[in-house]
Amino acid sequence: MAVTETEQKTVQKELTLNMGPQHPSTHGVLRLVLDLQGETVVGVDPRPGYLHRGIEKLMEYRTYHQIIPITDRLEYISCMNNNLGYVVAVEKLASISVPERAQFIRTLTAELGRLSAHLVWLGTHALDIGAMTVCLYALRERELLLDLFEMATGARQTVSYARIGGVRNDLPRDFFDKCYEFVDLFPKRLTEYDTLIRENRIWLRRTKGIGVMTAEDAVNYGLTGGTLRGSGVDYDLRKAEPYAAYDKVDFDVPLGKNGDVYDRYIVRLEEMRQSNRIIRQCLDKMQPGPVMTDDPRYAVPEKTQVMQNMESLAHQFVLMSKWAPMPKGEVYSATEAPKGELGFYIVSDGSGKPYRIKIRAPSYVNLSAFPKMVTGHMMADVVACIGTIDIVLGECDR
Amino acid sequence: MDPVQIAKMIEEKFPDQVLGTVTHAGQVGVMLQKDGIVDVCQYLRDEPSLKMDHLADLTAVDYSTYPDDEGPRFEAVYNMISTVYRHRMRLKVRLPEEGPRIASVSSVWQTANWHERETYDLLGIVFDGHPDLRRILMPEDWEGHPLRKEYPLKGY
Repeated sequence: MAVTETEQKTVQKELTLNMGPQHPSTHGVLRLVLDLQGETVVGVDPRPGYLHRGIEKLMEYRTYHQIIPITDRLEYISCMNNNLGYVVAVEKLASISVPERAQFIRTLTAELGRLSAHLVWLGTHALDIGAMTVCLYALRERELLLDLFEMATGARQTVSYARIGGVRNDLPRDFFDKCYEFVDLFPKRLTEYDTLIRENRIWLRRTKGIGVMTAEDAVNYGLTGGTLRGSGVDYDLRKAEPYAAYDKVDFDVPLGKNGDVYDRYIVRLEEMRQSNRIIRQCLDKMQPGPVMTDDPRYAVPEKTQVMQNMESLAHQFVLMSKWAPMPKGEVYSATEAPKGELGFYIVSDGSGKPYRIKIRAPSYVNLSAFPKMVTGHMMADVVACIGTIDIVLGECDR
Repeated sequence: MDPVQIAKMIEEKFPDQVLGTVTHAGQVGVMLQKDGIVDVCQYLRDEPSLKMDHLADLTAVDYSTYPDDEGPRFEAVYNMISTVYRHRMRLKVRLPEEGPRIASVSSVWQTANWHERETYDLLGIVFDGHPDLRRILMPEDWEGHPLRKEYPLKGY
């Protein structure tokens, strides 16, 4: 049917559409100002900041120890990884050594955290594109992970588990049985979700060739994590600068080719398989031993000691109220969080409180490439692209 | 490559720009004059043996209450890494209290765009030549820059 003159005029007129901050597909409180020509996106202006809580400012007023629970509130669906990223940075600043068992526990819990983040990503991403079943399945498995967190830490979401110099407590004995059960079960479940969408015609049409980033662009825009590796750039901090026990476990870094939404889906799905492999190796390789550093300046005494021993009580009191003096200087430390490079730049003035902390949040940086990804695509692809950069606003806005 | 060696390369290439180096925990930071920042960044990105293609982080620090600090008040900090060679480097540039301005490096790395907007928003550093220097985390009509040290934690 021929297009009438009035229709043509309507199509040519540019429309500015405000999407969010309250919108189910923006994964939180992201606001996008879209310039549309008909249904085609010709310009996007992301407006983050609706969840800005001044976390960096808050951190300047807390001791190094008191900051750990604040890091839970960054990327609140995989708190384990945030805790780890922060304590690794502090340990680098003060050259604190961490016992091997604690390193394995950290690797194990960080990978469990990665799985829990990727499952939320898979569920919501599929839900945005219209595959509701996957979401229900993914959240079912995430429930098992949260049960594991509860066993290990007492909390399901905001765990605050890592400590400067180790972890808060050793894993309980029944954790291992449950965790083995999980790693046996999970690959089968993963295949199950995969068969739902990998070759699904609607899924392919919605994701192939959408939101393409070339390798060069991806690096230039500072993308990291699965968003970068979907474009085929082999950059994973677990391999590039191994921390915790990542140098003692064997895993592959999956890479995409085309840098589109579909490839990033494949990469993250494969990443979950690799995480499962890492978890199994950690369970197998873990040896008995202490889970807190023996450095008396920074080691928080065990609770039983605090109850019985005057020195431990006094030491704990000092550490909890003002922490220990830290070396003067500055450090930038980055870890591979589920969304990408989670960096902490810490400036220390020698006191028990950091002088300045800058959090390099992967979601924030990945979001900055969003206009590049989505311009020229259809309105409906906007939600596919939000899903693919895997954004969590708690971390983006800080 | 060893960060000390990279720092040496920068010093040889830009002898009048480099003010010194600081090392802590094996990480090297090169202190620079503020005029040369774009040239140094361009060099670090394009030099085939360095290839600092990934600007990991860009921020600033307000040193006004730092004990025994005598330099100008602000410091812009650039943390970068090469995704090919995996070596890191940090550049530091001191900026004065009155009208802190520095040239934008968003022409070198696209990712600097949002980092610079954030630094402008929270610390009030102006990046000359930035394509779109607006507030990003705080509301558009906000007054003040929250990460400056005189800005109170609460009760503003």
